[in-house]
Amino acid sequence: MTQLVIIGIYLALLLFLGVFSSRMFKGTSKDYMLASHSIGPFLLLMSIFGTTMTAFALVGSSGEAYKEGVGVYGMLASSSGIIHSLCFFMLGIKLWSWGYKYGYTTQIQFFRDRLESDRIGIILFPILVGLVIPYLLIGVMSSGVVISSITEGAFEESFAAYDYGVPPWLGSLVISLVVLIYVFFGGMRGTAWANTFQTIVFMVLGVVTFFVISDKLGGVQAASHAVLEKNPSKLMRGVDPKDRERYAERYNTWTLIAKYNYARRILKTLTLTPEQKAEAYQEFKPRMPNWEMTAEAIYASKNKLYTLTNEETNKGLLIQDDREMPNPFPEKFQMGLMSHRDMREYPRKSNAEDEKAMLIFAGKIGHPEKDLDPNDPSKGKNWSIKKALGVYRASNWAPDAPHPMSKLVFFTYFFVPLSVGMFPHLFQHWLTARSAGTFKLPVVAHPLFIMIVWVPCVLVGIWATSAMLDGAPLFPPHFPANAVLAAMVKKMTSPVLAGFLTAGILAAIMSSLDSQFLCLGTMFTEDIVVHYAGKDRFTDKQVVFMARMFIILIVAVTYGFSLLEPRRVFTLGVWCFSGFSSLFPIIFAAVYWKRLTKPGVYAGVLVAFGSWLYLFKESKYALEPDYTFLGMMPVATMVVVAAVAMVVVSLVTRPPSQETLLRFFPED
Amino acid sequence: MRYAIYGLVVVLIIIHQDNWLWDDKRLIFGFMPISLLYQACISMGAAFVWFLATKFAWPHHLEEVTKESPAQETGETK
Repeated sequence: MTQLVIIGIYLALLLFLGVFSSRMFKGTSKDYMLASHSIGPFLLLMSIFGTTMTAFALVGSSGEAYKEGVGVYGMLASSSGIIHSLCFFMLGIKLWSWGYKYGYTTQIQFFRDRLESDRIGIILFPILVGLVIPYLLIGVMSSGVVISSITEGAFEESFAAYDYGVPPWLGSLVISLVVLIYVFFGGMRGTAWANTFQTIVFMVLGVVTFFVISDKLGGVQAASHAVLEKNPSKLMRGVDPKDRERYAERYNTWTLIAKYNYARRILKTLTLTPEQKAEAYQEFKPRMPNWEMTAEAIYASKNKLYTLTNEETNKGLLIQDDREMPNPFPEKFQMGLMSHRDMREYPRKSNAEDEKAMLIFAGKIGHPEKDLDPNDPSKGKNWSIKKALGVYRASNWAPDAPHPMSKLVFFTYFFVPLSVGMFPHLFQHWLTARSAGTFKLPVVAHPLFIMIVWVPCVLVGIWATSAMLDGAPLFPPHFPANAVLAAMVKKMTSPVLAGFLTAGILAAIMSSLDSQFLCLGTMFTEDIVVHYAGKDRFTDKQVVFMARMFIILIVAVTYGFSLLEPRRVFTLGVWCFSGFSSLFPIIFAAVYWKRLTKPGVYAGVLVAFGSWLYLFKESKYALEPDYTFLGMMPVATMVVVAAVAMVVVSLVTRPPSQETLLRFFPED
Repeated sequence: MRYAIYGLVVVLIIIHQDNWLWDDKRLIFGFMPISLLYQACISMGAAFVWFLATKFAWPHHLEEVTKESPAQETGETK
């Protein structure tokens, strides 16, 4: 309950800030959308940083480090430090100057002028909106998940299906409404202020959490040494031989369990007698969760109590790992044994663990703050549904195979942060700057800010792989990576700090959502309504009113989507960034290449869109999170083919008019 | 000078690909994985390069925009 109160106070503070900033609102559309170009260096730095750092900065960084090891910093963070500032320096300042000079509010207005093309807006508007919506969805959904997991057990009777915490749909709704209210009243000024406040909150709380957690783990050295001993591969990007050996041993034991269960449950040709079980248990150590089944499986195999054909063994492996059974069963797997890699080709059944875990652990699931047995508190507390799912996955599914990070994927990840060059909400933030000099601080400090947030989170993520609490591992195998930080905070810190850190995570999420909501409202009003209906048709007040109404509509649509498809959205994130990156050649050429032509841009946009669509389909619509094309990140191919199409078509078509060239390149 | 800055950015991108640390699990100062420390230094190097850019390659001519902007005089957006 403490966490819930702190989150409530934090959200109330934000609302106050939004409403207070609205008192400085001048009533004009330019003030609502661009804060009248009044934002200074510090506010610009904080609002740009807050906007580019999403939920991924705190939750995703620690989660990815937990899964992949320290390599994620180089892949995702230090590359962004170089490329983001490059985009601010090379694109941001020039676009700001043209925006200031010619009165642009959106990217599309710039492209229409620069390319002498009205129709470019018709093509770009749906593409940009279509790419921003999944990005919004990530924020809306992660806010619900974070609130739900941190408030577990907060209610006495209500929301049993959500472990007696705030349901994710309710958490997402509240966050959407809070952001909507302060964007609605405060516009860009409110957004910039709120972003600054929230960026300070999540940076400070991130660092505080780092020190509290490291202290609980016995200090930074003890925490890192535990990783060196138990999971050395997490400290590098290759695979340590020790991890390979441990995996081989665990996988071998797991296959024995799969075969034993197939003989026992499917073929029903094997039942151990009580005496055999007693003998199996007597020999077995160590006694980790589900040790009885492991002991029986090893005993049955050692004493040759069953025989299975290769086909039966393979079916046993697929069933144990909750994977789809191919029909017809492939001939090669009727003859030979399936490897772990072969098995992973078959997708896991969706929600398989939900039903099974609820059935197996029904007697243990209940209010997580209450005793399992009121007459015997030594038996511990009830299990939450999340814990039951965790125990099910850890005791049934095959162990994860250690894998090295690909050098080519590491390198081609450089193409992903190019997306900031085409983010429409960042374009709008750039235009709020008071002068070109305002950009100096963001350009220099952005890589340092990324380092301050990411290094502690990555360390916490790798420590989580090997941390122990009360003699047991803090996280079982297959623990959902994105829940690592919240679970660690909940288990290792006080409820007050847990409440504050949740506020910090929500701050990181909301500081991106606000800019995106405002940007979509601005694009709809400026690029569609005002552009086609004519500038003189509406008063400035009406324009602000329309922007606000469209923002409400977008919030409602995004929230509606968030209720439909909760699982795939996180993997959609990289695809959405890749889409923006594939349009990077166009903005870059528009700023620096005089020979760029309208047909060249059409070709570039269409090839970017087509290649994105093709590769997205090849990745089974983001169902393969580790999908690569020619061994590289798919985004690398998209950027290259879009750039080639744009350059070739531009060179064979008529150059832009002299008037346009003089307007944008007067110095040449 | 502008080209020297772009040259430094290219150098940063090249040295970012630290293949020689791929299988190195050493802990520096007893807690910091060497490849994480190296990449954190790349972030600091990036900040330094961009600091040099603001000192020696800043587009000062764009500062003039605020003094001569037609759109701002009329106070209108596009």
